[in-house]
Amino acid sequence: MLVFTLILLFKRQTMVIQDFERIFQEKIDNEIKIEPKDWMPEAYRKTNIRQISQHAHSEVVGMLPEGNWISRAPSLKRKAILIAKVQDEAGHGLYLYSSAETLGTSRDEMINDLHSGKAKYSSIFNYPSLSWADMGAIGWLVDGAAILNQVMLCRTSYGPYARAMVRICKEESFHQRQGFETLLVLSKGTKEQKDMCQDAINRWWWPSLMMFGPKDSESTNSDQSMKWKIKRKTNDELRQQFVDMIAEQIKLLGMRLPDNKLQWNEERKHYDFGEINWDEFWNVVKGNGPCNKQRLAARNKAHEEGSWVRKAAKVYADKKLKHKKEKIA
Amino acid sequence: MSFKQQKYFYGDIPEDNTGENMSSPKTETKNEWPLWEVFVRSKQGLDHKHVGSLHATDAAMAMENARDVYTRRQEGVSIWVVESKHIHASNPEEAESFYEPAADKIYRHPGFYQLPDEVNHM
Repeated sequence: MLVFTLILLFKRQTMVIQDFERIFQEKIDNEIKIEPKDWMPEAYRKTNIRQISQHAHSEVVGMLPEGNWISRAPSLKRKAILIAKVQDEAGHGLYLYSSAETLGTSRDEMINDLHSGKAKYSSIFNYPSLSWADMGAIGWLVDGAAILNQVMLCRTSYGPYARAMVRICKEESFHQRQGFETLLVLSKGTKEQKDMCQDAINRWWWPSLMMFGPKDSESTNSDQSMKWKIKRKTNDELRQQFVDMIAEQIKLLGMRLPDNKLQWNEERKHYDFGEINWDEFWNVVKGNGPCNKQRLAARNKAHEEGSWVRKAAKVYADKKLKHKKEKIA
Repeated sequence: MSFKQQKYFYGDIPEDNTGENMSSPKTETKNEWPLWEVFVRSKQGLDHKHVGSLHATDAAMAMENARDVYTRRQEGVSIWVVESKHIHASNPEEAESFYEPAADKIYRHPGFYQLPDEVNHM
């Protein structure tokens, strides 16, 4: 009898979960956003926490290759622009951490995961920024690739993530335009400047294509993310969109992309392009890129060196509060 | 079982992440500054609108951080910050009964009243 009752109870419970799941999926199918207090499957919560925090980490680590050039920018104008851009990346990281926190994770937890190497960030930032032209190539190619992903994410199903993305997209456009303009100036300069421009494009092109992630046939989380409308386009769709866009824009620079197989395909109405070096891709993901160690070390160092500031601010706030209370008493 | 519902009392932030327990030495991660919700008035004549949250030790720091994070391009002429733990929120599970009183009162809407076409400006 007891066993029977237990089974019945269990059955009722699972039915309720299925009901919740059905209502949840119906909302998504009907383009109703999921908000923090709504019921959601644990896997949806976890996927979003993982994706949003990874995205936030990418913004934060993304400041490092560019920060490298603030003190070396060729003019005051370029320096001011670069500072504003790096400040935006910090802001984007903060918007995203704030939206991940609505899912029940904490800021400290996310930061710890980044610093311990447990959490990932975009592999593109594990490549070095060797010349001033890299600032242009990063803005044009890296931010350009990021924007395609981010424009799609403005319509992602989780409300706070979508709202953060809308804010970010408004600001990213400046990043990409200033990048292209930086290269445009170089492309009209001396032979050395032109060479520098072409060299930066050569080095950033393939890693930019890798930013869209593994091929659809090898991407493990893709199907579920599409069903939940966390993503709305596949990796390969976005990558093709990017190639089509850049292959046209580069003509204005009078430069070339380092891919002999790049060619307009009249039948597909898309550009064909060569095979990505996937060994390199996985190698960098696994932590063996040119700058993985350097980036994490820089983050950890900054965090440790800022520790006394965080503590002091807390002590100061407590002290002020105590004085205020004493005054009232 | 994953059925456990998370309770939220403070706006969009789960109750144990508002920084309220930040002094409790439970884990090493519990030393965050309190969380603040930020509301920005984009121009005179409009309401303040929720834009996101941030961490700060006190209201003055929250205000300065809010300026830097949410109004870098003149998006605001006025900012409100409020500690997340002070926000009380309605519960979506109770939405049906909570909003039920408004559901059957269509006579509150102007379209409920059929008037002759000759009646203008009403």
